[in-house]
Amino acid sequence: MSVVTNPVTMPATHPEAGKEDNYLTHSSGFLSWALTLDHKRIGMMYLVGVMSAFALGGVLALMIRLHLWTPNLEPNQAWLLNKTYNQVFTLHGAVMVFLFIIPSIPAALGNFLLPIMLGTKDVAFPRLNLGSFYLWIAGAIFFLFSLFATGLDTGWTFYTPYSIESQGPVIAATLGVFILGFSSIFTGLNFIVTINTMRPPGMTWFRMPLFLWAVYSTSIIQVLATPVLGITMLLLAAEKLLGIGIFDSRLNGDPIAFQHFFWFYSHPAVYIMILPAMGIISELMSVHSHKGIFGYRMIAYSSVAIALFGFLVWGHHMFTSGMADVTTIVFSALTFTVSIPSAIKVFNWIGTMYQGTVSLNTPMVYALAFIFLFTIGGLTGLFLGALSTDMHLHATYFVIAHFHYVMMGGTLIAFLGGLFHWWPKMTGKMFNDFGGILSAAIVFVGFNLTFLPQFVLGTRGMPRRYASYKPEFQLLHQLSTIGALMLGVGLLVALLVLLHSLFYGSKAPKNPWGGATLEWECSSPPPHDNFSSAPTVGDPYDFSKIEYDPKTGSYFKKK
Amino acid sequence: MTTAVAPAPADQEHDAHHEHPAWLAHHFDDAEQQFDAGKLGMWIFLVTEVLFFSGMFCAYALYRNRNPEVFEFCSTFLNEKLGAINTGVLLFSSLTMAWAVRASQLKQTKTLIGMLGATLGCAAMFLGVKAVEYSHKWSIGLFPGKFYVSQIEGAPHSTVPYLWYLSIPALILLVGFVLYYVYAFVAASKFHLRVAGPLVVAALCFFGGVKLGQILEAEESHGDSHAAAGSNAHGHEHSDHDGHDHAKAALAPTVNLLGEPETVLHDVAVSPAETNTPDSNVNQKGMAGLFFSIYYCMTGVHAFHILGGMAVITWLIVKSARHEFHSKYFGPVDNVGLYWHLVDFIWIYLFPLLYLIT
Repeated sequence: MSVVTNPVTMPATHPEAGKEDNYLTHSSGFLSWALTLDHKRIGMMYLVGVMSAFALGGVLALMIRLHLWTPNLEPNQAWLLNKTYNQVFTLHGAVMVFLFIIPSIPAALGNFLLPIMLGTKDVAFPRLNLGSFYLWIAGAIFFLFSLFATGLDTGWTFYTPYSIESQGPVIAATLGVFILGFSSIFTGLNFIVTINTMRPPGMTWFRMPLFLWAVYSTSIIQVLATPVLGITMLLLAAEKLLGIGIFDSRLNGDPIAFQHFFWFYSHPAVYIMILPAMGIISELMSVHSHKGIFGYRMIAYSSVAIALFGFLVWGHHMFTSGMADVTTIVFSALTFTVSIPSAIKVFNWIGTMYQGTVSLNTPMVYALAFIFLFTIGGLTGLFLGALSTDMHLHATYFVIAHFHYVMMGGTLIAFLGGLFHWWPKMTGKMFNDFGGILSAAIVFVGFNLTFLPQFVLGTRGMPRRYASYKPEFQLLHQLSTIGALMLGVGLLVALLVLLHSLFYGSKAPKNPWGGATLEWECSSPPPHDNFSSAPTVGDPYDFSKIEYDPKTGSYFKKK
Repeated sequence: MTTAVAPAPADQEHDAHHEHPAWLAHHFDDAEQQFDAGKLGMWIFLVTEVLFFSGMFCAYALYRNRNPEVFEFCSTFLNEKLGAINTGVLLFSSLTMAWAVRASQLKQTKTLIGMLGATLGCAAMFLGVKAVEYSHKWSIGLFPGKFYVSQIEGAPHSTVPYLWYLSIPALILLVGFVLYYVYAFVAASKFHLRVAGPLVVAALCFFGGVKLGQILEAEESHGDSHAAAGSNAHGHEHSDHDGHDHAKAALAPTVNLLGEPETVLHDVAVSPAETNTPDSNVNQKGMAGLFFSIYYCMTGVHAFHILGGMAVITWLIVKSARHEFHSKYFGPVDNVGLYWHLVDFIWIYLFPLLYLIT
């Protein structure tokens, strides 16, 4: 047996050769992960979880697109039966929304980064944090059950009255959503308390990195909106089980009330998805431009503003469902107000790049793609917020394209950008930058090819959720399908680049990009306790003292 | 070696700087930070709880606004004496809970366990009364939504022993707790005796609540029915499931409902033409049934919160029996107290909204 170097006896004078203590090597064995209270490990477990969910949702998306390669005017000869198609798009939506996008940035990256960026040892309630993760697992199991039980065909929105009549496993799915909701609530609660009570000396509110402002705003939404979804799902399950009739028009119930309840959560949930992505972009823009963020306070306030406005606009999902005229006008007007803080952010990001020294490495390329795609997604949202155009565009592919530009072009792209940005910190390995940029380029082109044609389809009247279409739409549908396959390839390249780095990547330095926030002051990967002594907190966007050291390939802070 | 290394309360480098007592989690600097974090966390959780219930309050407002006559008709089936006694029980439990918080700060372990036990007992009594209410309603067919049975005069009561079913879990727990107490007595373990005592008492309180509920329910049926306020005089006919003395005299609710000039229900838009059965518009699955859906959802979810509260209070009793609380560490008692007051508070809204409509 060869001699195994014992890390304990390794002399401290050999930091490079020996195994430094970090959170990955701090303890080993399955239980040391399964029962860990370390926010970094919980974040990594979430990361694996949400990426698996994303892979599942992605495969389902490709099935949708492949099915739509032909018009399917003869349903019996189509690749998927109409019934199967309904189930596939339902699961695609539900898995992507509840299992991937909502937990993706806050629970995976947020969990890992929040305490380190804040300069604390852990989140306020580490056990609750682990509990959130297991609730996520439990919710995922319910979802997978509905996948294998087959027949969930309500769409991810579970609209009544169809969901009451549907023979599919609606109860399992709604209980899954209920459980996932509590996972999300507890994560948000934990983050709010951590940021409020655990900031170290010197970490004032306006010295917090903008990512934390974004996560904080997100947490407020999670805590305030998700309980309403919880009770809605519970009532829907009771509707199916006990026939309580609250949403059932046969019993004088009100199906539209379900829509109101549902969107009271699900519209703010849109901001649960996009706000942390905006936080990531704020970090990426500043660090990779090596220039302080432009308009720090405006970005911080706009995050909070989006969180609060987000509660007042749910009705714009229901313009065609039947509401009083005045109500629709008010909802429409409020919807437009959300564009103001969003536009402030985009303006400030561009202002950050102006006269900066932009390094075009993978995270920055993703960030640039985000700005481009998010702007399209945001502006097309105005078409849908306007009453007259929404009457025409409601429930068409225009809506599909709009929210994919925001959710996927926005959140997913930012998630990938952030993942590449913090990958060296999380794993201690550098990835191949060329591979990363290549993946970003393929994803960008593939994404636009997928969803730009869908805007056109939508304006021409192609309704969403249909398994077949008129032959004149075929060209646009085929372009979209080609784009989707390309997108799949791009994402696969990104995955391969990251996996490759795990095995062959060079060791990541402490601060590979030149960031000034606290996470770059602890080693890569961070030690178990994050900081051996309390870090000194400075301006998170002061790059004047950050210098590059060619010997270690790392940036460092001049004293 | 694959040992699970959960972050130990004290890490090596940390020890050098601070003294970290066992009750202070490793990632907090001091007792104050830990207390503040816990308290803020609980308040935020309470906000989510309020929002959780808000969905049902919205449903209530929506349907009451739409069909006020249904709510007035149905609320007469709810025995406000039982509601009132339960309100009193919960208010008293809030007092004992607040007292428990004070006792934990002063390290008065005996008082603390006593007060937690009293709170637990009140919670159990509340559930006992609730069990009588539910079982009584089920026996006359007052089910939610599509299972609602239209109330017709003289209809036979169900013979299903619902109350018995609802009592079985409590009975099992009672037996378990008594056995636990015997074990603690035999083992002469002070700790186990301190824990087992309140648990046995609490389980007995459930049956106390059941008995209390039955007495009040019977009173409503037999005793002062005519002395009762005219507006809810018809309530007793429905409550009359054990005796049949009223069966003949009992005309259907609407007779009283519509016949009595004093009643507030008079101005409700129900057809006076019908005399034998309640207004057919109201007395059906989509009307009265919907009311009972809301009733069961709200009180049921509330009852689940009571159960949750009982579980955490039991946890507190165990911790108290270990003498864990003192002036610097009483956060858990304080926070459970906050939760308990909220549960009480929600009931204080539910009682008038459901029971006191007429």
